Amino acid sequence: MTRPDIETSANGDEPVLVAEKISKRFPGTVALDGVDFTVYAGAVNVLIGENGAGKSTLMKILAGVDRPTSGRLLLKGMPVEFKSTREAAQAGIGIIFQELNLYPNLSISENIFVAREITRNGVVQHRQQEEITAKLLDRLEQPLKPGTLVRDLRMGQQQIVEIAKALSQNVRILIMDEPTSALTSAETEALFRIIADLRANGVAIIYISHKLEELLRIGDYVTILRDGKLAATAPARSITVPWMIEKMVGRNVNAPRHRTPAISKNDPPVLEIKNLTLPRVGGGFTLENVSLTLHRGEILAIFGLMGAGRTELFECLMGLHPEASGEIWLNGRQLLHESVRDRIELGLVLVPEDRQRLGLVQKLSVAQNITLANLNRLVTWFWLSDKREAEEIDIMIRSLAIKTHSPKQSITALSGGNQQKVVIAKSLLTQPQVLMLDEPTRGIDVGAKAEIFGIMNGLAEKGLAVLFVSSELPEMFTIPDRVIVLSKGKITGQFLHDELTEEALVLAAGARQQTEHPVPAGQTN
Amino acid sequence: MSSIAPPASSVGSKAFGLSLGVFLFRLRALIALFVLIGIFSVLTPAFFTEQNLIILVGQTAINAIMAVGMTFVILTGGIDLSVGSTVGFSAMMSGLLINRGVEIPPLGVVLYFNIPMVIVLCLCLGVLVGAFNGILITRFNVAPFIATLGTLYVARGAAQLSNDGATFPNLVGKPELGNTGFPILGAGNVLGIPIVIWIMVFFAAVAAFMAGKTPFGRQVYAVGGNERAAELSGIYVNRIKMGVYMICGLCAAMTGLITASQLVAAHPAIGESYELNAIAAVVLGGTSLAGGRGTMWGTIVGALVIGVLTNGLVLLGVQEFWKKVITGLVIILAVVLDQLQERFQQRLALKRA
Repeated sequence: MTRPDIETSANGDEPVLVAEKISKRFPGTVALDGVDFTVYAGAVNVLIGENGAGKSTLMKILAGVDRPTSGRLLLKGMPVEFKSTREAAQAGIGIIFQELNLYPNLSISENIFVAREITRNGVVQHRQQEEITAKLLDRLEQPLKPGTLVRDLRMGQQQIVEIAKALSQNVRILIMDEPTSALTSAETEALFRIIADLRANGVAIIYISHKLEELLRIGDYVTILRDGKLAATAPARSITVPWMIEKMVGRNVNAPRHRTPAISKNDPPVLEIKNLTLPRVGGGFTLENVSLTLHRGEILAIFGLMGAGRTELFECLMGLHPEASGEIWLNGRQLLHESVRDRIELGLVLVPEDRQRLGLVQKLSVAQNITLANLNRLVTWFWLSDKREAEEIDIMIRSLAIKTHSPKQSITALSGGNQQKVVIAKSLLTQPQVLMLDEPTRGIDVGAKAEIFGIMNGLAEKGLAVLFVSSELPEMFTIPDRVIVLSKGKITGQFLHDELTEEALVLAAGARQQTEHPVPAGQTN
Repeated sequence: MSSIAPPASSVGSKAFGLSLGVFLFRLRALIALFVLIGIFSVLTPAFFTEQNLIILVGQTAINAIMAVGMTFVILTGGIDLSVGSTVGFSAMMSGLLINRGVEIPPLGVVLYFNIPMVIVLCLCLGVLVGAFNGILITRFNVAPFIATLGTLYVARGAAQLSNDGATFPNLVGKPELGNTGFPILGAGNVLGIPIVIWIMVFFAAVAAFMAGKTPFGRQVYAVGGNERAAELSGIYVNRIKMGVYMICGLCAAMTGLITASQLVAAHPAIGESYELNAIAAVVLGGTSLAGGRGTMWGTIVGALVIGVLTNGLVLLGVQEFWKKVITGLVIILAVVLDQLQERFQQRLALKRA
């Protein structure tokens, strides 16, 4: 039902949803300030901006999670007001959140049909639900059983479940908030094929991501937010990555370069792992004979697909898997049954992948989160010294440039990048010798990403050994001195910075997949 | 909202008025306390007298001491249902130690302890009961509700077993055994104020200090806020949990001693359903049952609200049954307000933006 007053785009795509002069104010901040946003049907409408630019807020308004303070929404030209996600869903708008909203205690199919269970005479038809779920998962190329509990899934697989859930609801407008941040390249390719499929069927996709190359590949229209305001909007064909960055940041970002490491190979390694093996429940190995060394001042990256055992490697180092065998030596001392606390005191510390679940205590303030792992050092007599605590917090907030109104602010009020900096600050206060970071840039914008890498560079220059895990190929070419590739729990490649090639990395990361399983299309890039 | 003071900062006077509103809302338990005191003072002249207030605070102290321990437990996201039984167990233990002593069969002697020793032993008993809870919860992974529910029965049963269900009467001790003076704990005065109140103030002050100023306290909040993040930050989560249940047991044992001392007798039913009063005081004081949020002073105020309400309604001659209804409604109201607090704060802060 085309109406004369609706303007169509240059491509002839029709606007299906228009947000007009949307403003949203939160305590202490203006999240959105008079933003216009047009969503075209049958197109991928990309929304980008740094953390805190207002993307997620705008999405929440479109999906009925939040109400705008002022401004209005037009759906097919008619003003609409969504009081809940349910109302938005009835209007054909579905959303996949950045922070997963799944019930870990329920199965995949129960999660997909939650609150809209298929019933007959009031009885849930589990089998039917599972059949539909199986088809959805098939379409997403995920060989998961519909009855599996979500708790038992890895992050990336949980994201797939979120996508399946949205797909199951016959959406006309699908909002994806960083859907690929936890996906492997194979999973990402599968998702892109699904997006292309949906788009061909006239579904409007609203796509939020920090991966700019990816956006240019799949996007049709690009809208850029900065500080809650509309910074630019343009067809994707006509723009470039540097242009997007400039519009997002309002300045040029200097990505940190690889520095020349000051590593003395004659020194004994600060961390040495010998034949680390972690058996998997139900047979096989999550980690198999993993050996590596790490020197002072070195940045070592571990690259691998989801499920390669990267997170588990860190968990073993922190002593969370007593069933693991092999040897871990830290500064010439073998770690055996030390607790997490002991390991932290010996100089090992982990910045976990899942900030919300493992990194932060949401009910504590920024300050209290920063000193959480370091309380014993702040004790005079037998109480905490306010003065010393304030000093340490102040140093950290300034040296890591954590943006916060006051140290007493609630941690939840900070943007993702700043929350990550708080977790890093907490780890650094323990005065570690080996800093481990698990996907440190997950869900963080370009500017903050560069800052985090800059911080890691600086730490390595001060003699810290940095070990980080990432599934993002471009990150391997930035700051690491050495890259180790894990695949299915085994080291399948090891490269110095100068020897790195994209092909070699991808090949090594997929190596054992090729021999043991047929390669999913797109995996080899 | 009126603006009273000139703006202290760039926030402006309107914002000052609004933040004052938030501030007052946070203090609602305290305000409720003063309102109740005001109402009862008007309704009955017997209420606002020195004598009655001392009685009132004395009655409150018993609950407040228990509630202080309970606050630690609830801050970690746990619950302790066994405190009432621990009160009874500790009371019976004091009776047993004073009236019967400890028989050591091979030597054929009966050991009597002086009163300070009796107190220490009973407090140790409370700590042991708490440790039992803690071990169930940390080592055997039993949910706190179930673990302490079990202990509720075990400790009550033990209290009854200690004298075959009978009372230890007349706990005055004997001069020749050197164990006189037990009633002083419950009835004595220092500087004109009952010892019981001093004990309450001491417990509250130490607990508030621990919660606010020591690593232990901070870690209690962290464990209640996000247990897994706390663990990865190197906090010994299990030790913290053991600690809070042991503290809770100690506080309950103290309550048992005071009660037995006030009655000059130990009855196995002492402390029945006390756990609910303690939980009510904690909740009234604004502590979140989900853990991670709350204060000790809030708990004391919560206990005082319950105390004032009970005392005032008695003076007014309100029927016992109505008293229960009213107390219950006040607790419900407190929790409803607690739920409203976040929304209220956000809306106010929004206006400030």
